[in-house]
Amino acid sequence: MVDIPEHLLIKTAEARAKALGISVEQALAEMKGEAEPTTISKEPEVIDVKPIEVKEAPAPAAEVKEAPAPAAAVKTDIPAEVEFAPETRVTQRLLTVVKAKPIQKPTSEPVDKVNTWPHLMLPEFISLMAMTAFLIFISAILQAPLLEEANPNITPNPAKAPWYFLGLQELLSYWDPQIAGVMIPLIIGVVAFMAIPYIDRNKDNKPSKRKYAIMLWTFFLAGAGTLSLIGILFRGPGWNWTYPWIDGVWFDDLLDWVHFE
Amino acid sequence: MKNEKIKFRDRVKDISAGLGDSLKESSLWGSIFRPGSPFRKGYSDSPRNRSYVVMNNVLYHLHPVKVKRHGVRLSYTLCLGGLSFFTFIVLTITGIWLMFYFRPTEMAYVDIQSLQTSIAFGSLVRNMHRWAAHIMVIVVFLHMSRVFYHGAYKAPREFNWVIGVILLLLTLLLSFTGYLLPWDQLAIWAVTVGGNMASYTPVIGAQVKFALFAGLEATEATLLRFYVLHVLFLPFIIVIFMAIHFWRVRKDGGISGPL
Ligand code: HEM
Repeated sequence: MVDIPEHLLIKTAEARAKALGISVEQALAEMKGEAEPTTISKEPEVIDVKPIEVKEAPAPAAEVKEAPAPAAAVKTDIPAEVEFAPETRVTQRLLTVVKAKPIQKPTSEPVDKVNTWPHLMLPEFISLMAMTAFLIFISAILQAPLLEEANPNITPNPAKAPWYFLGLQELLSYWDPQIAGVMIPLIIGVVAFMAIPYIDRNKDNKPSKRKYAIMLWTFFLAGAGTLSLIGILFRGPGWNWTYPWIDGVWFDDLLDWVHFE
Repeated sequence: MKNEKIKFRDRVKDISAGLGDSLKESSLWGSIFRPGSPFRKGYSDSPRNRSYVVMNNVLYHLHPVKVKRHGVRLSYTLCLGGLSFFTFIVLTITGIWLMFYFRPTEMAYVDIQSLQTSIAFGSLVRNMHRWAAHIMVIVVFLHMSRVFYHGAYKAPREFNWVIGVILLLLTLLLSFTGYLLPWDQLAIWAVTVGGNMASYTPVIGAQVKFALFAGLEATEATLLRFYVLHVLFLPFIIVIFMAIHFWRVRKDGGISGPL
């Protein structure tokens, strides 16, 4: 049996309570099978219908056919009072209550959904505006760096890669790149990343059930973050260790707003 | 006197309201704003119209009519995937604007200089393009971490994760190729270091660097090559992969979870 979400249950109970004239709690209890279901005790409804006298039979079809303007002829021929009620007493009674059971077995849990407009699109629009405002703000106060014109004959010391590669540059400085190679580990790394969903066969997505995976990723984040920070802040000329608060920072991306040197 | 003024104002109000109504009744207006649009005459906020807003709109290519309630909570996705996309759009707009003033030749550096000094909003737009590029790398990476922590890459979303890794690589490549374009000492040496890291690879390293740099080191040929990759090739490819990525988010049953 599928678990029905609480709020849907209550909605159904309210509808049932209204239909049967009982309290919501009572209806809920009945639906859960905790109380005897209320039966409708009313007498079958009887609707009295006045006997209708059919004054005259409508004109036979043949006659209508002969008429030059059929539409007009039909209109005038049929008496206005005719009502098509074959019986004089109409009774309705409750024969049986059919339990609502799906013909197809549902394979997925019922999900609680909301309209995309406005519940998703409004927050999206607001975050777009907020981000644009933020970008304009930092662009107004922070100048992007522009050093001297490129000169292949003057090598800056240290020469640093873009910041998102600095963790990698730091890592590679620990061994001779001629031996280790760079691209092969890189390609293996990328393929390993792509393979994550195929390696992790644990179907659970509850954090408490996947402590190992979460731990590994957190280690990865901490490692990559530490290496990058070292590469950004703690490496000076000759890729030697420097302290930003003593020796200054060699990181030209932030040239115009970190005035350490 | 005072009364007459008020009357006049009311009349202007009436006239403009009447003009608005007749504009909204015109068939031109109706052809642009389809049923359900809040801009149509007689719009009311009903569940049916809420569905039509999405369904009768090009937005239907991006969003379904209804989404899971927990998925729209800001605390679930942190809007990080959406923000990756928004930063990309901002980068496209500012980038096209920059292209009006930039030549990938020996004039590149001078062009950037005069862009900053003698073109209205030149400095602002250049700054926006550059900071947005950094932010995009960060946001895409955070999005990836959010997906990992939610286990959102699990079946049936395995392949969307693979597409995501490709998107991350393309984002890095876009940033890297853009890095060279100002043609200053920062640009040329950062790219040279990156290229050298690649060239150390045995067997294929030197060839890869040669193909990427159009020569042995960063020259103006490299500048042109990076420029074409940056403004044409890579954006083209990344848009295709983004389209597949978004399509798969829907086909895989919307946002994952709840946890
Ligand atoms: C240009 C870069 C990217 C863009 C524009 C992008 C965009 C999006 C958007 C809009 C969503 C919808 C949900 C959300 O906002 O979180 C999404 C979901 C997803 N993305 Fe990305 N993404 C990018 C990169 C990545 C990367 C690098 C990965 C992972 C390696 C990734 C993996 C996924 C997965 C698995 C989902 C489904 C998540 C779920 O169902 O909860 N994406 N992406």
